[in-house]
Amino acid sequence: MTPHAKKAKQFLADEARTDWHNQTLWIVRKKRDALAAAVPEWETLREKASIIKENVLANLDVYLEQFEAAALKNGVTVLWANDAAAFNQIILDIIQKHEAKNIVKSKSMLTEECGLNHFLHHKGIDVVDTDLGERIIQFRGEAPSHIVLPAIHLKKEEIGETFHEKLGTDKGASDPTYLTRAARKHLREKFLAADVALTGVNFAVAETGTVVVCTNEGNADMGVHAAPVQVHCMGIEKIVPRQEDLGVFTRLLARSATGQPVTTYTSHYGTPKPGGAMYIVIVDNGRSKHLGNPKYVNSLKCLRCGACMNTCPVFRRSGGHSYGYVIPGPIGSILAPQRTDARYTDLPFASSLCGSCSNVCPAKINIHEQLYYWRQDLSEKKQTSFIKRFSMKMTGFVLSSNSRYNFAGNMARKALKYLPHKLIYLPINAWGRGRELPAPPKQSFKQWYKNNRKNKPQ
Amino acid sequence: MKKYRIGLFIPCYIDLFYPQVGIATLELLEKLGQEVIYPPKQTCCGQPLANSGSEQEAIATYQHFVNNFQGFDYIVTPSGSCAYHVRRHYDILEQTDAVRKVRETTYELCEFLTDILDVDDLKIRFPHKVGIHQSCHGLRGLKLGAPSELMIPSFSKVRRLLEKAEGIELIELDRKDECCGFGGTFAIFEPDVSVKMGKDRISDHERNGAEFITATDTSCLMHMEGIIRRQKKTIQVKHIAEILNTNSL
Repeated sequence: MTPHAKKAKQFLADEARTDWHNQTLWIVRKKRDALAAAVPEWETLREKASIIKENVLANLDVYLEQFEAAALKNGVTVLWANDAAAFNQIILDIIQKHEAKNIVKSKSMLTEECGLNHFLHHKGIDVVDTDLGERIIQFRGEAPSHIVLPAIHLKKEEIGETFHEKLGTDKGASDPTYLTRAARKHLREKFLAADVALTGVNFAVAETGTVVVCTNEGNADMGVHAAPVQVHCMGIEKIVPRQEDLGVFTRLLARSATGQPVTTYTSHYGTPKPGGAMYIVIVDNGRSKHLGNPKYVNSLKCLRCGACMNTCPVFRRSGGHSYGYVIPGPIGSILAPQRTDARYTDLPFASSLCGSCSNVCPAKINIHEQLYYWRQDLSEKKQTSFIKRFSMKMTGFVLSSNSRYNFAGNMARKALKYLPHKLIYLPINAWGRGRELPAPPKQSFKQWYKNNRKNKPQ
Repeated sequence: MKKYRIGLFIPCYIDLFYPQVGIATLELLEKLGQEVIYPPKQTCCGQPLANSGSEQEAIATYQHFVNNFQGFDYIVTPSGSCAYHVRRHYDILEQTDAVRKVRETTYELCEFLTDILDVDDLKIRFPHKVGIHQSCHGLRGLKLGAPSELMIPSFSKVRRLLEKAEGIELIELDRKDECCGFGGTFAIFEPDVSVKMGKDRISDHERNGAEFITATDTSCLMHMEGIIRRQKKTIQVKHIAEILNTNSL
């Protein structure tokens, strides 16, 4: 079994919980459908977003330089990181330069990708995640299971337990309002004491040099307003060319992500506050490898809305942690294999290729097709199991010849007919674990046709 | 009705395990006055290989398919998935005239009936409650209908063929086009998720009162039937060709 299949099996062991997880995310998908349906030009918006992003990716060098020049003019310090190690070091340097003790961070999948919290922890610096969901999983020492709903795998009772332990809420209390108030009080103290505020970036506008951060909790603003030093961390693909392009994306983002017309806060950060400092750190970390590959470049159009996770029938039934990559689900499964290590080679196979992900994607990424392409590339690079490749070679040998196919087909039907049930349903038969095999018919279609129609096979 | 020379493509698993679906397809097309020929040396479209990442190993099978299906006006098959595979993924072959023609003229059965023959009332009598399982490659690949994710006007070629049947009641599902979890070799490599998806799909049909689950693809039905039989449920599966062939034309 692949790592994903194994972890999915563990997740599915609690079927009632799987059903709850499935249904919770399905409700988000339905909210998305309702909000998208209310925008008559929805499909046109997706097309526009896709075209804008294609243009950005085709001219990324130009836009990034334009962005940097405009940001510098705004008094922002712009720093570039080639990989995760360089990024983490840059952040550490900024923290040390400003002799900062208290660091708050609003949601940023990029910092997760680079393992920033872990890195800083080892340097004796603790970062407080201020997004409620992220704070919950930070308390529990877990990774996010979803990029927009990081604690979606947890029930409110479990969160109550965690808060009781970490925040001293009443034992057994699980009322969401009560728990949220406790988190709010706790986080307020962190905001007020913050020396450095880190944020992710949803969009970086090339013509203005500003960055846009979308949150529902206002936690990016709380951090940025309270701390003298603000640091915005972005992947190179976050660029949009013009301020007026933003409307296309903000209309799509929250509707796709959570079924809201817009996030509660859409914050535009342009210049450092008086007496403060503003940094923008631009990170590659493998993205330029995607950029150079025509088959996969479109994956960089991703807005990180999570719609593909909510709609994915596999994700809903296997949970985000089953993927083992920082970005789980369909989009993660086409981003992860680009990493140089071989850890994620099972992910493109963790899909039934139903295509729902590509249809909900607000940037029209052909996710399911890229999953298919990755399967081919990984097999060619021999990064799939030998047994699988060997059995496919044999199947190819059989299917490319009429006589070999007929022989194998007859054997299969005879085996199903005459072998004892116990032998057919040995544990090696993955099909048979939850399913019966088809009852073998008296004759194949081919045989029937030969007996019943004139133009008999030669 | 115009008469075409049709190459009948019966996918491997239908040939071996569900011949009645092939027979229904053949008889239906014949009743509609079509000249139907079953090229006797055909095997498979090669999708099981490519789906597993072994596209290169599938090329000989692709070529075998093209060789077998030359010289027809249309190639018709009772499988949206196989038709989609030929149309979409035979792009790795050298695009000779023969390859291009085969790709362009391969049709799934319902698509052929509605788009080419332009029929919808097949004079069927099927007095049962039927749930339509929207097989993904037919729905999202061949665009046999409007998938629930897209904000486009609603249509369904499959429903169009069924809804005029006498006595039929097409039930509505809670999730109208969720995947059943077959997914080709996904069913083998991710058995637990695959079976769970199938169970959930069947429950949706049961909950909404279906006696039969029908689909354009026997592969989805084979997967669901396997679960139904294992769990000794009473709901039945029936390929759409078998329902459409109950007509009295």
